[in-house]
Amino acid sequence: MEKNVVLTMRGITMTFPGVKALDNVDFTLRKGEIHALMGENGAGKSTLIKCLTGINAFEAGEIHVDGISGAVVNHSTLDAQKKGISTVYQEVNLCPNLSVAENLFIGREPKTKLGTIDWKTMVKKSRKIMSDLDMNIDVTQNLEEYSLALQQMIAIARAVDMECKVLILDEPTSSLDDNEVEKLFGLMRRLKSQGVGIIFVTHFLEQVYAVCDRITVLRNGQLVGEYPIEELPRVKLVAAMMGKDFDDLAAIKSDETKDFTHADVMIEAKGLSHKGTIKPFDLTIHKGEVVGLTGLLGSGRSELARAIYGADKAQTGTLKVNGKEEKINAPIDAMNLGMGLLPDDRKAEGIIGDLSVRENIILALQAKRGIFKLLPMSKQIEIADKYIEILQIKTASRETLIKQLSGGNQQKVILARWLATDPDFLILDEPTRGIDVGTKTEIQKLVVQLAGEGKSLIFISSEIEEMLRTCSKMAVLRDGAKVGEITEDLTQENVMKAIAGGASK
Amino acid sequence: MNNVKKLTSKRLFLPIFCMLLVMMVNIIADIAAGNFAFSFFTISIRNGVLYGRLIDVLNRGSEVAILAIGMTLVVSASAGTDISVGSVMSLSAAFCCMLLAGYGVSSTSDLQVPLLVGVLAGILMGGVCGCFNGFLVAGLNVQPMVATLILYSAARAIGLLLCNNLIVYIRNESFQFFGGYCGFIPTPIVIAAVCVAVTAVLLRKTALGLYIQSVGINKKASRIAGLNSSKIIFLCYAVCGICAGIAGIVAASRISSADSNNIGMSYEMDAILAVALGGNSLGGGKFSLAGTIIGAYTIQAITTTLLAVGVSTAQAPVFKAVIVLIIVAIQAPPFKAFVKQRSVKRTLAKGGAAR
Repeated sequence: MEKNVVLTMRGITMTFPGVKALDNVDFTLRKGEIHALMGENGAGKSTLIKCLTGINAFEAGEIHVDGISGAVVNHSTLDAQKKGISTVYQEVNLCPNLSVAENLFIGREPKTKLGTIDWKTMVKKSRKIMSDLDMNIDVTQNLEEYSLALQQMIAIARAVDMECKVLILDEPTSSLDDNEVEKLFGLMRRLKSQGVGIIFVTHFLEQVYAVCDRITVLRNGQLVGEYPIEELPRVKLVAAMMGKDFDDLAAIKSDETKDFTHADVMIEAKGLSHKGTIKPFDLTIHKGEVVGLTGLLGSGRSELARAIYGADKAQTGTLKVNGKEEKINAPIDAMNLGMGLLPDDRKAEGIIGDLSVRENIILALQAKRGIFKLLPMSKQIEIADKYIEILQIKTASRETLIKQLSGGNQQKVILARWLATDPDFLILDEPTRGIDVGTKTEIQKLVVQLAGEGKSLIFISSEIEEMLRTCSKMAVLRDGAKVGEITEDLTQENVMKAIAGGASK
Repeated sequence: MNNVKKLTSKRLFLPIFCMLLVMMVNIIADIAAGNFAFSFFTISIRNGVLYGRLIDVLNRGSEVAILAIGMTLVVSASAGTDISVGSVMSLSAAFCCMLLAGYGVSSTSDLQVPLLVGVLAGILMGGVCGCFNGFLVAGLNVQPMVATLILYSAARAIGLLLCNNLIVYIRNESFQFFGGYCGFIPTPIVIAAVCVAVTAVLLRKTALGLYIQSVGINKKASRIAGLNSSKIIFLCYAVCGICAGIAGIVAASRISSADSNNIGMSYEMDAILAVALGGNSLGGGKFSLAGTIIGAYTIQAITTTLLAVGVSTAQAPVFKAVIVLIIVAIQAPPFKAFVKQRSVKRTLAKGGAAR
């Protein structure tokens, strides 16, 4: 093993049923280095980390850890911890109702001769640990007394005290404010100087450039490359994550640019916001217009749409639908105004797994009609059959449970659910994620067709080409706020620059 | 083999299987005792009313069947159970009898208020309790078990309070009707049948069944699709309370009194068991009302059988416990996986792998 290297992963391969989650991925972590692991959703970041910490079993490849001869295979996180690999997650995995000291020593409490817990030593040691990390807090207080950031740092302190060589921080900053993030970074730099190798997983580009030394980029389960931070400016990082090289950017543009400035306004949002997910934004959508929301994952693109739809109730601002101001308290209000939302998390918020394809299709329409106006069975069958036919849903029968369908077909069923309500305004959040190319094209065609019928749409996708093909306007989001709109020169380069934002030198 | 598989995969297979098993035990026991083999199924008319073990099962099982209707909806929508129904039964009975007899009167044959008013008030009391549970679960997001624990412990005591700590006897024939006979059929059977029929019609003719299952399977997705998940869960608890109220009236009428210490005692467990026996997952989601009803009467059949076979009332719960254990084990994922694995092995052995 190279000197200074604390962890190497070579040729890690792992498949989930039907997908290659990791394909021959290499990863190297050096002592005293903060190493960002970057990639879009589904790129394989978490899978790689889970392979390292023993949550997932990988099929091929080797892991070597400094100081341990031979390949390392972890079977559980506890196993990994024993070998010096600790993980701190976004959600603090400690017990809020125990004291800081107890949390630091849980499972390895110092014992007295009688076998009882030696509280004095525990508190003393805890004080030492915390002060070593420059955190002078009362360790006898319950963990819940401290801010989330401090709790996170305590979790890190625990990991460090367990003699970790490799510290994995999985989205640790998602729930922290700027000040807290800065504190966390201070701690990370301190650990770095102590020789700990840190793997930092985050969606926030700014933070990567603020604290990291090196970046490894994954895409679709494959290694794109490992770069020193100086060699990978922001725009190039975005390009690497999304799989586009600037050199061979082929601009795909729809044949005609439509001008919507004179069309009727369907949706007019002013200052809408939902605390913690999306900062106040304005957005106007005309009839027959397809608006794309773009930005990296976690930038607030889904959240913006959810605030309009009432999935996350907007707390400020006003929303006009067809020129009339409306108050949306719950999704059903939005539906009654002619809206529909295809959520990005199909499994958690889309499908009703144990219900049949037919029931899943008619659900939203039935909800709109109300409980006492049950759609007659003949009508239900007619609707279900119609959309199974139109959208070419591959299912054994209309009574098959939706959970037995493939992802793409499930998505079509949810799409059918909304089409059945004949919406005027449809929000499609990652409608093409995880589905095959053929279906993707069909869905894109459908979007264009719906717009042609005078319906308005919001289209959210991680694939820029897809949006370029379908959208006439794009709103750009970054870090939970809408930062701009692109109406002219809709090219990949422009969009990516806008996404990367800030110092796009 | 294939047909067997098809049969066993049917939703109602387990409940019907249990029911048949109990009937088999009856036949065997009767043969062993030297009786007519099918005496369990014999129905005769004595003193102008239906008589027989089967009638007895249907009659005595009415309260649990009525409770189980509400329990099914609660379990389906909220993946939790309402353990207060037994206590609420006794509260409803106490409230009804208190109104009929007047406060502080321990025995009466003259009704102080019209019978219908007392009965409806008792049922309404059940509904109020249900709404309270529903508010805690749907409105405040309290765990169903904890939320209903409140009335589980309090309702019975409130009932006693309403009756001034007395056992109120209503010695009035019109009141005894609900636990007596309606023509030649025991009234509880009729009441249970009406409750089942009304619920079945509601589930069939409105979207209630779809809504409840949808919410029970995926609350978040249901909300996005326009359902008001909290409202539906609340409604289920309210219905469950009304069912408890009805069962309470029947139970009180049977013994012509509001005996707070006996009415509905540990009925909640039977109601939950009926839901489970009916092949419904206690984890919520899909449900079968028919299964629940079969389950409810199976429980009564077990009890009746045990008594007929000569097991003492004191020991009967032991047998019941064994049956619950078996059912829970059959539903457990490791067991299912084991069965699946075995059938796969068998298919492999037959050369099914060549496919």
